[in-house]
This record gives sequence, C-alpha cells and structure tokens, in this order.
Amino acid sequence: MIIARIVGTVVASQKDARLEGKKLLIVRPINLDGSDTSGYVVAVDTVGAGFHERVLVVAGSSARLAQNMKDAPVDAAVVGVIDTVDIMAPEK
Amino acid sequence: MQLARVIGTVVATVKNESLHHRKLLIVQSLNKDLEPQGKPLVAVDAAGAGVGELVFWCRGKEASFPFKREDTPTDCTIVGIVDSDQHVSRQ
Repeated sequence: MIIARIVGTVVASQKDARLEGKKLLIVRPINLDGSDTSGYVVAVDTVGAGFHERVLVVAGSSARLAQNMKDAPVDAAVVGVIDTVDIMAPEK
Repeated sequence: MQLARVIGTVVATVKNESLHHRKLLIVQSLNKDLEPQGKPLVAVDAAGAGVGELVFWCRGKEASFPFKREDTPTDCTIVGIVDSDQHVSRQ
C-alpha cells in the first residue's frame, strides 16, 4: 500500500456499470515526510475519505478485494484514512 | 517476496472493514547488502513484526492470502521475520 493525499475528484457519467455509485478520487502519492511525489492515480473510495486527507491506497488486483468491489474493473482503491505516521530514526 | 526493514507504524482509524484490527507498518525494502532500496511502503502485518525488525514481505494479490483472502484489500503483507541480520547470507 502507498500513502497518498487526495487532491481532487473525478466525475464520469459514462462508465462501467460496476463502477456506478462509486466515488472516484484523484490521489497523489506522497513521501513519508508529507512532501508530494510526481504523478497522480485515480482511485475508488471505499471509506468516505475527504479532500486533502492522507489515505492508504491499494493498487493492483488487490484493490478489487475491498468491500462492494467484486468484479469491478478497478486497480486502485482508497482503503484507509491515515491518522498518524511514526517513523523511527534511520539506522545503518 | 522481498527483504525489508520495518521503519515505522501507521495509525488509521477509518479503514476498510476487513483491515480492522490489523497492524499497519512501514517497510523499507533492502537490497542484498541490506541497504535501503526504493520507496517505503505500508504493509499489513501477518507475522507479528515490530519496528526495527528485518522481515520479508509479499506483494500483489497473494498478499491477501494470510487473511480472509476474498475480501482483504492489501498488496503488501509482512509474512515472515528474519531471525537476525546475520541470518541473511550474501554471496
């Protein structure tokens, strides 16, 4: 899973029937210190995440394993809203 | 599967139901010399690992196999703890 920040939403009227009723979010992967990385991903929201929140994003076929996502053509899903991230000091 | 060092923890109260009660850890993948390689990822713990430990993790759909595999959305799961750094033999 990667940590990402929600930076926008997507509205698509014409889409696969199995995606109907699902919220589509634009998420940007971020580093552990909160700084942005390059690139965006469109992910399906499964937890009710809001704008600018830090979230957990699952990619690949595992994204389909989230609730209500059976057989949906999805390869990225938001599965958690992050409260805190704790990092220990790097050691060699 | 890849070797990694557990470098931190993530707390997420609101999460997918099937991830409830699962420990989320940040893992930094390592190369054969046990030096950091690539970006850190968030992993679900299936082995009881802790911060600082050397572990190996599984990617892809197989990452959900240690749990209820049909409905656990994870693409990165810690599946084993290496006894110690000395237990990794390098050529």
